[in-house]
Amino acid sequence: MKAKIFASIAVVITGAILLYAVIDFPDFGDPGSPPNAGVPGGAPAASRYYIQNTYRDSKVPNLVTAVLADYRGYDTMFETVVILTAGISIFAILRVVRRDDDPSAPEPVASDRTIDGDHHRIIVGITCRIAAPLIQIFALYVVAHGHYSPGGGFQGGVMLGASFILLALSGSLRETLARFSERDYTRLAFVGILIYAGLGLLPMWVGRNFLDYGALSGLFMTKGEEMARSHSMLGVEIGVAITVMSIMFAMFANLSTRGRLQGGL
Amino acid sequence: MQAFFQEAVIPHFNFWIYVVIMMIGLWSVIAKNNLVKKLIGLSIFQTAILLLYVSLGVKEDATIPVVESGVLAAYKETSATTDKKAAPAIHPDRYANPTPHVLMLTAIVVGVATLGVALALTQMIYKDFGTLEEDEVLQKIKALHEDV
Amino acid sequence: MIVTFDIIILVFLVLAAIIALSVKDLLAAAMVFGIYGFLICLLWAEMGAVDVAFTEATVGAGVSTVLIVATVLNTRRRSTD
Repeated sequence: MKAKIFASIAVVITGAILLYAVIDFPDFGDPGSPPNAGVPGGAPAASRYYIQNTYRDSKVPNLVTAVLADYRGYDTMFETVVILTAGISIFAILRVVRRDDDPSAPEPVASDRTIDGDHHRIIVGITCRIAAPLIQIFALYVVAHGHYSPGGGFQGGVMLGASFILLALSGSLRETLARFSERDYTRLAFVGILIYAGLGLLPMWVGRNFLDYGALSGLFMTKGEEMARSHSMLGVEIGVAITVMSIMFAMFANLSTRGRLQGGL
Repeated sequence: MQAFFQEAVIPHFNFWIYVVIMMIGLWSVIAKNNLVKKLIGLSIFQTAILLLYVSLGVKEDATIPVVESGVLAAYKETSATTDKKAAPAIHPDRYANPTPHVLMLTAIVVGVATLGVALALTQMIYKDFGTLEEDEVLQKIKALHEDV
Repeated sequence: MIVTFDIIILVFLVLAAIIALSVKDLLAAAMVFGIYGFLICLLWAEMGAVDVAFTEATVGAGVSTVLIVATVLNTRRRSTD
């Protein structure tokens, strides 16, 4: 009860201050507001540069993908590292590795449910088994087509991870882990980051800046630097997708089994 | 009163609602007793901040930040005939601001990763104390200290 | 940007947030939180942020709900408040 009174007082005071501050905000949908057009009398906003010059610089129509993978490449790379770190943290917090001589370790769950063993799951299990490859193909399309339509590495990676989560939820976690084992997803999580950082390091080989993809036109055998940027963005998105896919499935596998990777929900 | 509504409330109505959503999240983080409820409240608090950022990039009568093929064709013609300093065919006010979209897109995925870590910690608390209620956990910690 | 649509979704959003926090069954709270994520996704699509809406549809309405459900089923389903 004391916490509720304190919370109400804190919320009322903070809310009043925020509501008062909101009055000074630019109007909703105003194209001339400082975030959209820049400070009056100062430099124009960076977003104006992005919108006007993205197609000239990299031949990518989807501005969000271009800003995500090219102009703000450092940001995206370390966001991906944050996701990897979160995956490692869950492993460190939850994962229980059972040793035979350790009496305190939890017992393995005896009845590991399979599609064949549990008749209530037959329809759901078979349907999800058929649906999972379709989801994966659509996810690959989302990753590869992120330059031209909404999509990209993060969305496609989460969808790929979700397809494995669907298999583990509808069938059994054991069968899913037989196809996409702990060793695989741990390695793939690092491989994704290495693809991203490696593509960033390659331009340094020829004396350009880190993540300056324009230098890779020789590697991708493109005419100009613009198409090299476009292709490098695809490579970067693939790296992001691999890491996100692995970490999403790792989080589900550890959380649903309390770190034992046996049994499942 | 009417002037206040005209100038302050109507152009910012969605910002006011975001503040309400944010305060719902803040209240639940402080006052709720269950740890999972606290985490849901924290996620609601987070989405309010994401909504605020994306709203700053909205432009009236603007389309999504993907350049259409017709505009691209016109742009190719102008850039082929004139030098690069010429006025571009892609007008900035026609497209929504992409910068907040990029920042919030990564923030959402990082948000679910941190939510996963928080849920893992919740499961470990349940394993050690056998409960998810904050006051019971605090009582058990106090009892542990008194035993020592 | 359609103002009527905006207002309708925002009202449902506040309702979903309050329901998700006041339900005593944590599994139901997780489901209402999924509805909340999907409403947020609609709001972003309405604002023209299609990439963010796509991410929210997969992450907020999909994976985060599943993670909360996984935790609730492994711990306790009832909550005192």
